[in-house]
Amino acid sequence: MAAKTLTIDGKQLSAEEGATVLQAAAEAGVKIPTLCHLEGLHDIGACRLCLVEVAGGPKLLPACTTLITEGMEVTTASERLKNYRRLTLELLFAERNHVCAVCVANGHCELQTLAGQQGLDHVRYDYCFPPWEVDATHRLFGMDHDRCILCQRCVRVCWDIEGAGTKHVSGRGGKAKIISDLDDDWGDSETCTACGKCVQACPTGALYHRGSTVGEMVRDRSKLEFLVNAREKKLWSV
Amino acid sequence: MGGLMTLADLQQIKERELAAQKKIVLRCCLAAGCCSSDAHGVKERLEKAVAEAGLHHDVEVRGVGCLKLCCAGPLVQADPAGTLYTHVTPESAPSIIAALRGDQTALTQTDPNAAFFALQHSIVLAHSGRIDPERIEAYIAVDGYAALLNALTELDPKSVLETVVRSGLRGRGGAGFPTGLKWGTVAKSPGAKKYVICNADEGDPGAFMDRSVLESDPHAVLEGMAIAAYAVGADQGFIYVRAEYPLAIARLQTAIKQAKRLGLLGSGIFESPFHFNLDLRIGAGAFVCGEETALMASVEGQRGTPRPRPPFPAASGLWGCPTLINNVETFANIPPILRHGADWFAGIGTLRSKGTKVFALAGKIKNTGLIEVPMGTPLRTIVEEMGGGAPDGGRIKAVQTGGPSGGCIPAHHLDTPVDYESLTTLGSIMGSGGMIVMDDSTRMVDVARFFMEFCMDESCGKCIPCRAGTVQMHHLLEKILARRATARDLAKLEELCDLVQHTSLCGLGQTAPNPVVSTLRFFRAEYDELLQPDPHGPRPAAASAPGATVS
Repeated sequence: MAAKTLTIDGKQLSAEEGATVLQAAAEAGVKIPTLCHLEGLHDIGACRLCLVEVAGGPKLLPACTTLITEGMEVTTASERLKNYRRLTLELLFAERNHVCAVCVANGHCELQTLAGQQGLDHVRYDYCFPPWEVDATHRLFGMDHDRCILCQRCVRVCWDIEGAGTKHVSGRGGKAKIISDLDDDWGDSETCTACGKCVQACPTGALYHRGSTVGEMVRDRSKLEFLVNAREKKLWSV
Repeated sequence: MGGLMTLADLQQIKERELAAQKKIVLRCCLAAGCCSSDAHGVKERLEKAVAEAGLHHDVEVRGVGCLKLCCAGPLVQADPAGTLYTHVTPESAPSIIAALRGDQTALTQTDPNAAFFALQHSIVLAHSGRIDPERIEAYIAVDGYAALLNALTELDPKSVLETVVRSGLRGRGGAGFPTGLKWGTVAKSPGAKKYVICNADEGDPGAFMDRSVLESDPHAVLEGMAIAAYAVGADQGFIYVRAEYPLAIARLQTAIKQAKRLGLLGSGIFESPFHFNLDLRIGAGAFVCGEETALMASVEGQRGTPRPRPPFPAASGLWGCPTLINNVETFANIPPILRHGADWFAGIGTLRSKGTKVFALAGKIKNTGLIEVPMGTPLRTIVEEMGGGAPDGGRIKAVQTGGPSGGCIPAHHLDTPVDYESLTTLGSIMGSGGMIVMDDSTRMVDVARFFMEFCMDESCGKCIPCRAGTVQMHHLLEKILARRATARDLAKLEELCDLVQHTSLCGLGQTAPNPVVSTLRFFRAEYDELLQPDPHGPRPAAASAPGATVS
């Protein structure tokens, strides 16, 4: 496969044709903030945190779905982009009920970590306080919609990796919601294999192991990584 | 018949149709607007009255598509005189027959040569209100399918493409992308299987152009699609039409059935190797499915949400195949372009916007209805001359074009010619053709809130800026309207407009702030009036120009 050369944040580098800007940047040690992206799942460009500027084009492009081209000049951390990222995170915090102090994922939450990295110290928008429910019908796992950011990692891992197809999105806009099967109680799902991959993929405390309490929900992504490496790279050892 | 149609067959149908033409034709509008006020009852009574008067040898009562002056429906137009009766009821209908015999009629009439009609230039709507949309023979009688026949037998796909490029036609869905360029890209994209999609998911509040075209002249869209398929090398087409248009769906189903029966769709059309199959897909009520990538996901049977572009549908569309997506009106322009030539079409309109545009004129205006005008017609001509200005002595304050993706053009810019570039310069867009007129009783912040509520409800929820941003913007607008907001809130609103415009995934989000941005640009004073003093200190510098109206 042909290689392409490009510039990311002034750094000249080469990457394989067909790579995304995100992959090329990661290879070169440039970290672009992401939230809906998870290694091994197909990218959907939904969270808009990885938006980058590409010289010559007026539009901001998601690094996770934009393929590299020869001579591309990418900026990943201009003041404008940093500001947009802060605002986007701010919107997320105001959207549902994110209360870190009582969250199972406190200290291990990607949303929390990103907010810290982006220098978000308070939210200026009015909180929406929507009345979401908790689905605690599954014998092993729970789903707290208050903490869901609709990144769809659980949906994709359920379809792409496990192949069970339990998780879907229903509704639209602010009322969009992750559901199991046809909006059944998770515990009643006939398709769920209780593999727990969705729980491991979740960036926040929305999906959790039952019985875990504040700060205890530590994710183990090695299982996902192992499966993806085995399938895509035919690497069967950890 | 079935299977093979030839030029001779087509001509035979046309001659038979013309020979059967009666001396007097009473054209009854049976488009959705008039139907809702019992146009069917009017037609039935007219038929009965004709039979009772023993005039059925001389008088035809014909159900037709839109007669355009929707506010005065149900409408009946009598040929050959062209007398246009308004507000006809089943009870008053028989007096039209009496009038034919020279008796006095109490029915109200309107001048068919009034500015509303006289200033129209009908290309897309040429057959609207003239032919029976439920009979393919009626379409053939006005040279329907002749353009397809000519393309298939006389032209190669390249020359069809060339004609469309030279015509200068641009997409009528709103963005104005050059149609020929789009076709060319699909034609050049490698792939054995290609698709053509007609986007009939018209969802802008106040817009009914595409619905009227589908209800009035469905075969024109079918023919346009078949020609497009031939030009780009596709063999399968879909019309994605929203479920809220039951009449349009019914007429499309009838039209497709008839075209298939006559061999004008299917395999070996006009004895050529070209085959083209066409199916309907019914949208389930999501505005976002008018966005092309969401529309394709919906056709594929998936949740109708957009995906990032590139890849564009022209390269990777339906099931990964090159796909041509055009709007109803764009396709309806194709047969006339092929019939009359690219130069004829390019001679109409302005330098960069060719042809005509159909608008649905609505809101605070005397004559609401459907108009088709050459590109470049000044807004003033449309709203004042054709539309008759604001009713009840009101003054026109602004014209909203482009629906929730567009903006408000203030009255002092009414001399702007309607073309893609001029409207964009004013912070609005051509859009698909909704034109809502507002008079001085309209509060612009209200307008902005209305459209923001629409976008908030219609956001698919996939990307954060659109999903959460529209909620916050709507909340801020409510706060402003409730006189609870300060300059700080307005600054936040502007900040969010910028964010949502530039970071949203698809066109819905990217254009959702437009109504706010454009009302802020021209009617900022109305926002400022509602703001409260900030208890937390001075106003931020960004929003400290009180009452400034930028023009």
